[in-house]
Amino acid sequence: MSVLGVEGEERDDFTRRESKQIRDRSLRLLNSLLRPLWARVTLTIVVVVVSTAAQVAGPALIAYGLDTGLPALIKQDWMPLAFAVFAYLFTGIVGAALIAWYTVLTARISQAILIDLRKRVFLHTQKLSLEFHESYTSGRIIARQTSDLDSIRELLDSGINQLVQGGLYMAFIAVALFSIDFWSGVVLFGSLVPLGFLLRWFQVRSQKAFRATRTTSARLIVHFVETMTGIRAVKAFRKEKRNETEFGGLVEDYRLANMRTIKLFGVLDPGLVLIGNVALGVVLLVGGLRVAGGGLAVGVLLAALLYTRSFFAPAQEMAMFYNSYQSAAAALEKISGVLEERPSVPDPTRPIDLWQAKGSVTFEGVEFAYTPDRVILPSFDLEFPAGQTIALVGSTGAGKSTLAKLISRFYDPSDGVVSLDGVDLRRLHPKDLRRAIVMVTQEAYLFSGSVGDNIALGKPEATIEEIVAAAKAVGAHEFIEGLPDGYDTDVNKRGGRVSAGQRQLISFARAFLADPVVLILDEATASLDIPSERLVQEGLLTLLADRTAIIIAHRLSTVAIADRVLVMEHGRIVEDGTPRDLIAGTGRFSKLHAAWRESLV
Amino acid sequence: MSADPKRQGTFASILRIYPWAKPAMPRIYLGMVSALIAAIVALLIPQVLRALVDGPLQRGDASQIWWPVAAVLGLGVLEAVMIWFRRWFVLQPGTRVESDMRNSLYKQLQDLPVSFHDRWASGQLLSRAVSDLNLIRRWISFGIVLLVVNVITILIGFVFLLSINWILGIIFVVCSIPLWIYGYLFEQKYSVVARRSQDQAGDLATAVEESVHGIRVLKAFGRGQHALKNFASQAEDLRGTEIEKAKAIAGIWLWLLLVPDVTFGLSLLGGVWLAAGGQLTAGQLVAFFATATVLRFPVESIGFLLSMTFDTRTAADRFFEVMDAPNAIIDPEDPTTIAKPEGRLVFEDVHFRYQDSPAQYDDLLDGIDLELEPGETMAIVGLTGSGKSTLTALTTRLYDVTGGSIKLDGVDVRDLTRVELRRHIAMAFEDATLFSASVRDNVLLGRPDASDADLAEALEIAQADFVYQLPDGLDTRVGEEGMSLSGGQRQRLALARAVAANPEVLVLDDPLSALDVDTEAMVEAALRRVLASTTAMIVAHRPSTVMLADRVALLEGGRITAVGRHSDLLASSDHYRFVISSLEDEEKREHREALLEQEEQGADA
Ligand SMILES: Nc1ncnc2c1ncn2[C@@H]1O[C@H](COP(=O)(O)OP(=O)(O)OP(=O)(O)O)[C@@H](O)[C@H]1O
Ligand SMILES: Nc1ncnc2c1ncn2[C@@H]1O[C@H](COP(=O)(O)OP(=O)(O)OP(=O)(O)O)[C@@H](O)[C@H]1O
Ligand SMILES: [Mg+2]
Ligand SMILES: [Mg+2]
Repeated sequence: MSVLGVEGEERDDFTRRESKQIRDRSLRLLNSLLRPLWARVTLTIVVVVVSTAAQVAGPALIAYGLDTGLPALIKQDWMPLAFAVFAYLFTGIVGAALIAWYTVLTARISQAILIDLRKRVFLHTQKLSLEFHESYTSGRIIARQTSDLDSIRELLDSGINQLVQGGLYMAFIAVALFSIDFWSGVVLFGSLVPLGFLLRWFQVRSQKAFRATRTTSARLIVHFVETMTGIRAVKAFRKEKRNETEFGGLVEDYRLANMRTIKLFGVLDPGLVLIGNVALGVVLLVGGLRVAGGGLAVGVLLAALLYTRSFFAPAQEMAMFYNSYQSAAAALEKISGVLEERPSVPDPTRPIDLWQAKGSVTFEGVEFAYTPDRVILPSFDLEFPAGQTIALVGSTGAGKSTLAKLISRFYDPSDGVVSLDGVDLRRLHPKDLRRAIVMVTQEAYLFSGSVGDNIALGKPEATIEEIVAAAKAVGAHEFIEGLPDGYDTDVNKRGGRVSAGQRQLISFARAFLADPVVLILDEATASLDIPSERLVQEGLLTLLADRTAIIIAHRLSTVAIADRVLVMEHGRIVEDGTPRDLIAGTGRFSKLHAAWRESLV
Repeated sequence: MSADPKRQGTFASILRIYPWAKPAMPRIYLGMVSALIAAIVALLIPQVLRALVDGPLQRGDASQIWWPVAAVLGLGVLEAVMIWFRRWFVLQPGTRVESDMRNSLYKQLQDLPVSFHDRWASGQLLSRAVSDLNLIRRWISFGIVLLVVNVITILIGFVFLLSINWILGIIFVVCSIPLWIYGYLFEQKYSVVARRSQDQAGDLATAVEESVHGIRVLKAFGRGQHALKNFASQAEDLRGTEIEKAKAIAGIWLWLLLVPDVTFGLSLLGGVWLAAGGQLTAGQLVAFFATATVLRFPVESIGFLLSMTFDTRTAADRFFEVMDAPNAIIDPEDPTTIAKPEGRLVFEDVHFRYQDSPAQYDDLLDGIDLELEPGETMAIVGLTGSGKSTLTALTTRLYDVTGGSIKLDGVDVRDLTRVELRRHIAMAFEDATLFSASVRDNVLLGRPDASDADLAEALEIAQADFVYQLPDGLDTRVGEEGMSLSGGQRQRLALARAVAANPEVLVLDDPLSALDVDTEAMVEAALRRVLASTTAMIVAHRPSTVMLADRVALLEGGRITAVGRHSDLLASSDHYRFVISSLEDEEKREHREALLEQEEQGADA
């Protein structure tokens, strides 16, 4: 099994090599995110370094004040004390101001990284093919974009500080301690050994635990999103109780996963305190004996003790950093997996421009299967000359939409070539492809937002006049005017604010506005009433005059406006001819047509 | 929410989560106690140091060092143990509270009516269910504990400081006053941005969701970049808010660092001066600074804990916006049941308008009177947007009527529990709304305990035998929202789902629109068997669907203007002919074509 892309995302039994492979890929991602920000990161690090130095100076100045200032003052010499106090105030103010500055700086960096990551994931998921989306589900992508990014933000928000400050602090303090008292320094160094063991233990355990939190939270989100999307069906079919149990199970899994990570940190944190306090005791012992023996000044011992204690405060911060690092790394792993997915319908590397498409579409030896074991469209050749209006009919599941999806390059054929004006779609520049070929899909999806915005999706730069004209052309203007705010009415999520037929009209207006040379209508009038359908058809007569059109419809009324009819059966084109010839003949179409005529009243 | 949430204090807002936190409280208290002991222990260590410096070290008595050292070690170990205890105590309750709240929220969301879901973007709901509750958990198991403990520690520390030397202690106390003032100002500033940021995060989640659900449209029009632009501008807004938030935090950090530093400086001055005057021993001075150092972390942490608290308050507010949302569609207090369901569905002067409908508009459904006899099949015919789907949604109380009533077997549907009502009435929606589960689970959604034979029968009636050819047959997962099926296949599964529920009343919203003529005829033939014994209400756009029905009701202008047999209505109602008949223009067109043909032939000749 491989761990390429999102494969194996749900697994938690990675081998060492796989684990490393995943980590590497997320580190590469992190690296590429940080690279454009190096100047800012450097500045931030400098700020942290200076402010840390200012803070470290604190105990030393106090020690100086006590050991030098006090005796001097007794001799009526104010200078050393004044120096200590002023220096202390100065470093304090500088340190505090720098930390405040740092807080803003680091927020800028963290937000820059997040926005970069957000956009990358967004764009990439847009590029990924439908095949990917069908199995990956929107819930997971939302999980990547929300809860995963949350844990990365947590790291970024405090990470640089904790890491740099913690590291520096510890280094500074170690140096300072060595310089004021060698033996105390040795004790401190000794304490690093158990520290190392503790960290290693934590790393191994937490990596696994944090991965589990990512997968369990994604599952929870998937379930949540699906329930909310299908809330009507959930209610109508009384799924609430069963859902509660299912969701409750997922919530519990997530809770347990979370608890494991917290538990691990719950050992790490007091572990550090313990090591720190023991070190303190030892320093005291070692120093105290020498003070008692007269070998060490009290002030020095005090400073050594203060330093030892301050050494472990940042160590705790570092532990926190490490904790959020592990959490963020697990999230980054998942995100980098999505980003590693290669679209199965990739953009061409050396695209061919087609500024002025004429609109002829050809299939040469095309074969198509969604899954290798089930061929939907067996090998066929077909040609749609520019300007022709083609009606595509056939029983449900025959493969009509599939054929249409090949033309609009939702999928690439498993074999053979689909081309527009002789250019293989796989090599055509995406912008030209999308400008030339537009498909109104069987499901009329509207985005939340105004009616006007939804229509304008066909042509984002359209003026309101153009939008209204498009709506008029398909007969949608009237009902839109009747909405409370006309074209500015919010259609709610998925267009729930308007009826199914109205949704179709809006999608139709959208395609009309896009004005492509090849227009594909997949059951675009199925939910319309007959009078509206009639209006649409009249509109189509003029609309389709000078473009290639492929109309998929079960209601054969559309056939009337077609130049040519294709009948599909089990993925094969079984009849092909002008409507008149086919109706006059004895084939399937003539029977279909007769049956349909029969049904009319 | 009745009161303006802005008016409510942070404390009062957060206190509302108490019912969920209640079972966890004992452990949280224990956690606080452990934390407090840890903090006190940490404060005691300097006291031991003082004794040591003033005692044995002063005297240069090496043999006396052991006890204090042992005490420091012992206290050190105790501190670590207490920290471990704190974490151990609050670990479980924190996550429990989170998951209980999450389950409650989910339950409430499933319970809230469709009209609520119409209005609320799903990303907003999701961000409440995930990020907000996460924040609350952290606050409970970390924030509140540390906040309480640190404040107490600071107070105790003050006492220690005062006891060491009251002048130095007073300097400390006085100097901390600006902090409290700034903390108050900080709340005002921060709460607003915190709220905005959480809302914007929810919007962003919505944008992501829509970009994936609507990916077919975006791809079909090549609008990936366009969508990205919108998304990016939303993300930029969020970034702006986050940076504003960071600035507010930077402000309080500045003070929290500055004030102790200034205090230290002043104390140094005062301490040395006092010591020089002999009013303070060296040991006291050492203890004073050691204690003050211990206090630094609690003081500095206040900023972070405060912002966390305000974040939590916002999260709680957002949580309660959903929990407090009024739900008008609930079960009656003492529900009736229908002892012998027959399936008589009666609409009596039913009025309905959507909540956002402007006052000057008439009701969308403006006095519907209609009776469906048991076993009868009634087709509902009307123009696009006339309210057919709305009417069907009223039967199972997805929306409630705003006037009049709907009665099932003589019982107002509002007097039944929703579960019972929806067991009697099953629906097929105009869009299939399948779930990414197996075919079996999708079809048996309304009757999970049905036998395989029932399942097979439902599939047969809906002519959905294609499922047996799918890779894993009945266990094939149909991609998200059934998108790995063809349109007609989805629709037939949705139909099978309604049939499999085996209800007394079937409500089918345009159930055959995606089927070809042949399949449609087959489904109709099979459906007739079911419909013979089941009451049905079928929304129809095509004459072929109308054929299924015994009678047809014409919906026009919010009323049923005609009811009768198809052929009768064709004869008697102009509007009905207008809505359903395409024959006229078929004939006209054929006539036109014939003419054209003649012309062509004339031209050829
Ligand atoms: N994304 C997919 N993954 C796997 N199989 C699919 C997918 N989409 C469609 N199929 C299968 O391919 C076959 C053809 O589907 P297609 O959508 O092309 O049918 P259609 O002719 O458009 O039917 P309808 O009239 O019902 O819309 C069906 O058997 C369907 O189950
Ligand atoms: N959630 C909603 N909020 C406000 N208005 C709505 C809502 N849903 C629908 N409407 C409006 O109510 C009217 C009736 O909608 P409905 O979906 O019932 O129509 P319909 O008769 O089913 O049409 P179609 O044949 O197109 O499915 C429409 O004008 C629509 O704009
Ligand atoms: Mg199709
Ligand atoms: Mg409808």
